[in-house]
Amino acid sequence: MIAAVQTSPEVFEQTFLLVRARILEIAATLDRLDRAEAAESVRADPRFRQIQQGLEILLSDGFHRAAQIQEIFSDQYDPTWMKKYLTTGERPALSPSVPH
Amino acid sequence: MYYIDPHIHMVSRVTDDYERIARMGCVAVSEPAFWAGFDRGSVDGFRDYFRQLTEFEPKRAGWSGIQHYTWLCINAKEAENVELSREVIKMIPEFINKPGVLGIGEIGLNKNTKNESIIFQEHVQLAMQLDELILIHTPHLQDKLKGTRMIIDMLMSDRRVQPERVLIDHVEEHTVGLAKEEGFWCAMTLYPITKCTPSRAADIIEAYGDDRIMVNSAGDWGPSNPIAVPDFIQELRKRGHPESKIKKIVYDNPLEFFRQCRRFEFTPPDVLADAVSAAEPVSAK
Repeated sequence: MIAAVQTSPEVFEQTFLLVRARILEIAATLDRLDRAEAAESVRADPRFRQIQQGLEILLSDGFHRAAQIQEIFSDQYDPTWMKKYLTTGERPALSPSVPH
Repeated sequence: MYYIDPHIHMVSRVTDDYERIARMGCVAVSEPAFWAGFDRGSVDGFRDYFRQLTEFEPKRAGWSGIQHYTWLCINAKEAENVELSREVIKMIPEFINKPGVLGIGEIGLNKNTKNESIIFQEHVQLAMQLDELILIHTPHLQDKLKGTRMIIDMLMSDRRVQPERVLIDHVEEHTVGLAKEEGFWCAMTLYPITKCTPSRAADIIEAYGDDRIMVNSAGDWGPSNPIAVPDFIQELRKRGHPESKIKKIVYDNPLEFFRQCRRFEFTPPDVLADAVSAAEPVSAK
């Protein structure tokens, strides 16, 4: 980790208007969704729930909000994928010393 | 500040872009083989592409004083066609020892499919046989976390793979730790909408350190910014980071990784400038 050079108040001064603008942009987009016809169908879309979950994370404390939001928008990983995908015959012919 | 863009698709950019990035301080680029925007129909299509990467692009880059390096493979999108992929992989050794070729890349996954995984492993097999560096593309958006884990699973299951000879590209907040913890090199791509911004890349550097990490523009035929690396430099400067720290990420780190390639030859910009200056006629000085 590299220590951040700026203090928190300095970062806040530099980014306040930017954050304000981005929150307003999201708010206006949500308003636009609700104003348009068939807003209920969007609310039933699983991606809308992802956006709601992302917004909830913004209100939480901690240092890893960006990573948490990335994970919300990520597909599930299956640790047994290799057994399902790669049968022995489909794997490249590796040298005998290589376990796979 | 001099910098290196370790991932940029210059075949998709105009000559003016070489000139622009040179003026911003770019002294070298590395260009991985990638998707042309359409699926190529034959191995000869790739043969022509590899000639362009190894013959013409170094020349075109040189017109602006930029040193050009490249990586060879069939990209993950076209890897869905296993038969064609195997023909391309078989053809790579024809080009691998050309000057400026750094290794196999950008291989990886796109939609995390079975065929992509098979061809990924066959590329790794080739890299191991030829003792080459590997440059890896990780998928976009919702596929990225799963795809990065799958890629690391495949790499870690091959005992011959040395993590320090592999660069995992397009890492973001949720994947950078996975790559670094296993000892791989990694890179962040500064790309509009779908990848990292300069400020988020700077945040990641502050959180994960400046070892084994670099930044690139991945400038290509889509909406992208070939001078994104200077934007990142400016972001770190605005935050008060020292020049030596910035130089490590945008210049020293790419060189450290590339120097593992036995063919890698690089002329530092000051030496290059002296050579050009010495070659000029007296009346031109």
